[in-house]
Amino acid sequence: MTTAVADTHAAHDDHGPAKGIGRWLFTTNHKDIGTMYLIFSLTMFFIGGTMALIIRSELAQPGLQFVHPEFFNSMTTMHALIMVFGAVMPAFVGLANWMLPLQIGAPDMALPRMNNWSFWILPVAFGILLSTLLMPGGGPASGWTMYPPLVLQTGDAFPFLIFSVHLMGISSIMGAINIIVTIINMRTPDMSLIRMPMFVWTWLITAYLLLAVMPVLAGAVTMLLTDQFFGTSFFLAAGGGDPVMFQHIFWFFGHPEVYIMILPAFGVVSEILPTFSRKPLFGHDSMVYATASIAFLSFIVWAHHMFTVGMPLSGQMFFMFATMLIAVPTGVKVFNWVSTMWRGAMTFETPMLFALAFVFLFTIGGFSGLMLAIVPADVQYHDSYFVVAHFHYVLVPGSVFALMAAAYYWLPKWTGHMYNERAGKLHFWLSTIFVNLTFFPMHFLGLAGMPRRIPDYSTQFADFNLIASIGAIGFGMSQLVFLYVLLTCKKGAPATAEVWDNPKGLEWTVPSPAPYHTFDVPPPVDRTVAFPKDND
Amino acid sequence: MASHAHDKYYVPHGSPWPIVGSIGLLILMVGVSTWLNGADIGFYVMMAGVLTIIGMVTGWFGTVIGENQSGMFNAQVDKSFRMGMFWFIFSEVMFFAAFFGALFYARNMSIPWLGGESNNFFTNALLWTGWESTWPTNGPAGVGGEFEKMGPFGLPLINTALLLTSSVTITIAHHALLAGHRGILKTFLAMTFILGFIFVFLQGEEYIEAYQHMNLKLTTGIYGSTFFMLTGFHGMHVTLGAIMLLVIWLRVMKGHFTADKHFAFEAVAWYWHFVDVVWVGLYVFVYWM
Repeated sequence: MTTAVADTHAAHDDHGPAKGIGRWLFTTNHKDIGTMYLIFSLTMFFIGGTMALIIRSELAQPGLQFVHPEFFNSMTTMHALIMVFGAVMPAFVGLANWMLPLQIGAPDMALPRMNNWSFWILPVAFGILLSTLLMPGGGPASGWTMYPPLVLQTGDAFPFLIFSVHLMGISSIMGAINIIVTIINMRTPDMSLIRMPMFVWTWLITAYLLLAVMPVLAGAVTMLLTDQFFGTSFFLAAGGGDPVMFQHIFWFFGHPEVYIMILPAFGVVSEILPTFSRKPLFGHDSMVYATASIAFLSFIVWAHHMFTVGMPLSGQMFFMFATMLIAVPTGVKVFNWVSTMWRGAMTFETPMLFALAFVFLFTIGGFSGLMLAIVPADVQYHDSYFVVAHFHYVLVPGSVFALMAAAYYWLPKWTGHMYNERAGKLHFWLSTIFVNLTFFPMHFLGLAGMPRRIPDYSTQFADFNLIASIGAIGFGMSQLVFLYVLLTCKKGAPATAEVWDNPKGLEWTVPSPAPYHTFDVPPPVDRTVAFPKDND
Repeated sequence: MASHAHDKYYVPHGSPWPIVGSIGLLILMVGVSTWLNGADIGFYVMMAGVLTIIGMVTGWFGTVIGENQSGMFNAQVDKSFRMGMFWFIFSEVMFFAAFFGALFYARNMSIPWLGGESNNFFTNALLWTGWESTWPTNGPAGVGGEFEKMGPFGLPLINTALLLTSSVTITIAHHALLAGHRGILKTFLAMTFILGFIFVFLQGEEYIEAYQHMNLKLTTGIYGSTFFMLTGFHGMHVTLGAIMLLVIWLRVMKGHFTADKHFAFEAVAWYWHFVDVVWVGLYVFVYWM
């Protein structure tokens, strides 16, 4: 034991990265782990995107063209699981790993070894999940919501599905604990909670959501597992259980999960808009309170996902009004973003373009959400393409655009080089045009009655489906431009420490690329630089 | 904050344990899944995974304990560990909340509805004619056959007394640690984990009684499902907690922990109080009401 301790002690003073593969397997460095998270999520984004293109190819025309209905269903299921748990969530955790210690002046994440473990569970989880596509009976095809009794008809993939969800949960819980402890315990002493940058604030609140709901998802899928293999009756009416109970437990997780994917996006946009408007964020404190309100409300609205399943009228009324209440804090945020830009000296570099598109297009998704909240209307929209249009508007030009904005915004800080601005702008315009071409027609399809999760449809839906499929292929190809930007980044001009025009925040006080170890001791703080809030 | 070199936050260098843990989880999950799918070899794969994870936990904790004993953790690191443990316990609470939620939902919603309450008159009249809702129940189809309810007296009451007593003994041990009374600390910590293991043993006896004489099984409809899943997961947590108590007792015997540095002791004590509180919830809502 003594020798081991002496070794770690000696190694502690070694400040460069380790050599070879060991650097990535054993690392405790928040920047290495952040990089691995980001690369992993980009890989998953392309795998999940390929599945989306299989779905859209099949739906380009009425009738069955390319795949069997069963495989189509497993594509919708896997696409969702991979995009939610493999692409969007790990991407935001990757950003948190890279940026939180830099933004709060901490030497690293609070629990660095556990940080490594939360990442390295993910390749295991998704290796298991993807392998189910090759199993007898095919991959899971019940939809990512895994409703019983349908999900219990999954073939050999069933236990693998359940345990991969468990692993994703374990990874998220450890990541959330790490983020909470880092933010609460590792801030430079001058940074009071309310002075924290918005990205830090939104991640703190998101981490609490993760801690509260991922264990509930673990409980729900455990009940599925025991119902399938050990004869329990949780979701069996004959034994006194109820399949609808699964939906309640799942959506108690599922609705906060939706905000887990969007709150850090709010944080990113709240960082970028002030920088390129050259004005402090309008209403910093009200942004914090609005985020916290959204997080609180997310726990009492879950049944709006299941209005048509059967529940007392009083339940429908409660969940309808609680859901509509969310529009208030969300509106506060949107108005604050617009006010931030009001009379600002705005410029339109790629991160700003993505952030602007976020404000506009996410709000469209928010409004269609409001429509879905109205019970009598939802009875018509439920399980139609209108729902698909809604959640893709909040997830793609919402969360994914915020991720793109964040990648362009902080890429010079990570790599030390400016990316190719022309290619970045091309990526933005192609993505924005094609994302609308893909998802806007789905509103009309849904209102006209086209159901979701179906590989074939009535011929009256043909035109809009073809447009959506063309848009999807265009959107998919546009992401190759992003890949080009990333791969050619090293050729760009060297970036300064500030990168942009006088941005606020501690991350801009360290050189670009950020050294392997930063803020070994809490930095002395120039408040006008460090704390966006002090510029109010 | 003064920036003395020795007061730096300790950031450990690379560690092999997380990746060993991931490989262990891979082996474990693939093993369990193939076993559940009917391949006998899966069982052995699963056990290999369990052993890998036990090895990982032992090695990882050993490293951290070694670092701690050599004084590499300052007060801020200690605080990180404390907060980490606190929020881990919170996530455990939410895991139990899912199962308590299932119990409450079944008792207050699905069972009355199967019996025709609210707007479910026809569900009852057409699907489950004549069935009246009641608790405990194994459902309108009587899944698992006739059974007896597990009452609040006898073994469950003894177990409640055991766990509540163990909460007192660990608090006495904690105060003894703070006051530097190592003898009392050793005795009462030992009493705590012995009480914990007796609890697990009696819980096993209760299960044997339920299976052999009461026809109360995991397969006994929603009552059996909620009863065994809630008490079973709780029992697993008590087992884990008792093992953790045993480990810190061994560390106390080796002279670890001082009045002002004893994170692991407090973490285990918090965990123990957590399983205690869950038990009180179980006793009230599963055995009693």
